Amino acid sequence: MGHKIMQRRQLADEVVQLTVEAPLIAAERRPGQFVIVQLNDDFGERIPLTIADADAKSGTITLIFQTVGKTTHLLGDLREGDTIANLLGPLGQPTHVEKYGHVVAVGGGIGGAPLYPIAKAMREAGNRLTVILGARNRDLLILDQEMRAVADEFILCTDDGSAGRKALVTEPLRELCEATHAPDLVVAIGPPIMMKFCAETTRPFNIRTVVSLNTIMIDGTGMCGGCRVSVGGETRFVCVDGPEFDGHKVDFDNMIQRLGAYREHEDVAHEKCHLELQANERNASDT
Amino acid sequence: MRNAIWNYKLMNETHPTPETLDREARAQLEALETIGLDNLKNRDRLKIPPQNMPAQEPGVRRLNTREVTLGYSDAQARVEALRCLQCRNAPCVAGCPVRIDIPRFIKACAAGDHDAAIAVIKENSLLPSVCGRVCPQEVQCQEHCTVGKSLKDIGLAVSIGRIERYVADHERETGKAQPPPVKPDTGKRVAVIGSGPAGITVAADVRREGHAVTMFEALHKPGGVMMYGIPEFRLPKDIVRFEIDNLRRMGVEVRPNFVVGRTRALHKLLEEDGYDAVFIGSGAGLPKFMNIPGENLVGVFSANEYLTRCNLMRAYDADRADTPVARGRHVAVLGGGNVAMDAARTAVRLGAESVALVYRRTRTEMPARVEEVEHAEEEGVEFHLLVNAQKIIGDEHGQVRAMECLKYELGEPDDSGRRRPVAIPGSEFTMAVDTVIVAIGNDSNPLLRQTTDGLDSNRWGNIVTDENGKTSLDRVFAGGDIVLGAATVILAMGEGRRAAQSINNMLKPI
Repeated sequence: MGHKIMQRRQLADEVVQLTVEAPLIAAERRPGQFVIVQLNDDFGERIPLTIADADAKSGTITLIFQTVGKTTHLLGDLREGDTIANLLGPLGQPTHVEKYGHVVAVGGGIGGAPLYPIAKAMREAGNRLTVILGARNRDLLILDQEMRAVADEFILCTDDGSAGRKALVTEPLRELCEATHAPDLVVAIGPPIMMKFCAETTRPFNIRTVVSLNTIMIDGTGMCGGCRVSVGGETRFVCVDGPEFDGHKVDFDNMIQRLGAYREHEDVAHEKCHLELQANERNASDT
Repeated sequence: MRNAIWNYKLMNETHPTPETLDREARAQLEALETIGLDNLKNRDRLKIPPQNMPAQEPGVRRLNTREVTLGYSDAQARVEALRCLQCRNAPCVAGCPVRIDIPRFIKACAAGDHDAAIAVIKENSLLPSVCGRVCPQEVQCQEHCTVGKSLKDIGLAVSIGRIERYVADHERETGKAQPPPVKPDTGKRVAVIGSGPAGITVAADVRREGHAVTMFEALHKPGGVMMYGIPEFRLPKDIVRFEIDNLRRMGVEVRPNFVVGRTRALHKLLEEDGYDAVFIGSGAGLPKFMNIPGENLVGVFSANEYLTRCNLMRAYDADRADTPVARGRHVAVLGGGNVAMDAARTAVRLGAESVALVYRRTRTEMPARVEEVEHAEEEGVEFHLLVNAQKIIGDEHGQVRAMECLKYELGEPDDSGRRRPVAIPGSEFTMAVDTVIVAIGNDSNPLLRQTTDGLDSNRWGNIVTDENGKTSLDRVFAGGDIVLGAATVILAMGEGRRAAQSINNMLKPI
């Protein structure tokens, strides 16, 4: 049992892409959806990861993630041929794709992964597509080639100017909003703080802005309510009502606080995981 | 010091040990045998002392996750069974949702024939080890017991559930629990969605008739609420695993990590995957919140989340589990049902310094099993009755710091016949807490409804079925909490039985 890893690529520092055998998920998934990953039945945690791409013919899905905690670290350490014990999905409401006119897709850091299939689908639906892709520096950029290939207009920015424009993604976004033909829809996916400021950027222009949230989840099917967020003053569940919501209505500050609920535990577990991996490597080289 | 103790009296009160209870029961049995068990008159039976359930001492069990109650000994089970008057009209049977022939199984147990006793139960119930532990007997079979009525105290009724548990455990522990025989393959296939009590019942009943059964479960472990919700200290997970393994031995295929509606659409199971019928037993599973300010602060959890982290994800085992759980120092639990008791008692075991159970009615109206309420109290849970939370207050980091409450009094009876709690104006007070667990029930999960065209549901989102458990869709049946709203294991099992019967009738060769 389990899902075999067909291919592993290191996309950037701390960013790994896995192509995983999951024929049912590959056949059913649509842009905007995610999976829950668990590495060990008894003691492993369940984490949500967005599906960056899928190939129904070969029965595989592509997961792209940053190794930020224990589970993503162990996942990133797996090799081709290894298996992932538990994979549940595709979960969440698919992105509503239609012809809006001019769509601006804004991706920050690892947010480029879930954004890519959405951007592709928006383009295929006949929209004019502008992609703004941002990262802290050039070594952290992912999917820039792929995004460039699907976009009508492609804007690259880095915080330090090591690739593309030296700017935050909100800068070109504001310029686009101010242009004569303002965007009809903005889709922004990235760190919560980036999504918050993208929503603030488009708010004065009254441009519909969709964000995709990645909160703490256990089951991913509506049962635990751990993923809840406040949207327009109402409590919504990211797993069954989302993951996409109106960015102008999401209470990002509350969401950011909730994301940090287990920070202390996560840091300790991550540190321990590093030490164990190092010890394993040492043992391996000793023998 | 961790684990400050609030109620020394209750917590240090010692109970008779299992050995003492067994010794007493043996002596009682011997005395009854001298009269002759067949010669016992009703007045003799009414004089037999009710058998206490042996349990771990409160001060001990609040530091571990092992089962609290230890189960009757053979002698205790027999003495308790001898209290039964064998009423001809058997009012207890009418109180049982699956109509177990209670007097008959109790008679067999009293005679020491435990194999016959469990066989009687199994004519109607599939999960006696589970139901003996978690059924609310005091509002079902035992509520109607003539012994309890004669002694003018429902608490003194024959402990039917404890006897059921004894004979079921005895069968399992002596290796006699065999999966039921399965008829030759019919070539028909049935999909069961959900692996909780309703799903397990349908899977077994349908498989028995020789149909192939696949049981789909969204989580990584089958068992539903018995796995993720009910804690180990109330229902050991080995028992749930045993029941699931029994299904596997019958040839039922269990598919975890499969959420019907998303991994595969329901209609595709019927139209493309060759299933002849589908049973939906996906459970309640969408936690309700209070809709009060501050409910999304860090430190506020649904009981589902809190219990799932501890039970399914094993967060209580901090050294091994990757999933964390908030180990609050001052915990408030909102609600008065079994789930609220489970959450409060879990908080005790996670080392809380104080656990306050906040309920807006009184103890009489609490839907929880009486035994769980008593156990919670013995373990030091403080009951704040006729109180309701109004607002949860956070600090500058969005972390819970306090809860504002309002006091209530009981007014006129409402539609349910229970006296309505009425807020007392100006009675606001603040409780210092760092963790709040909301245990006020579940709504029905929207996932299948959202992804399945033509599946009718009512205004609460529960799937609508006819008296045979059939839904608005052809060849699709449903039962358990997804139909009833949040209920009990035994009701889910009863619903499952009925739906399985309909499926078997439908698939019967003409």
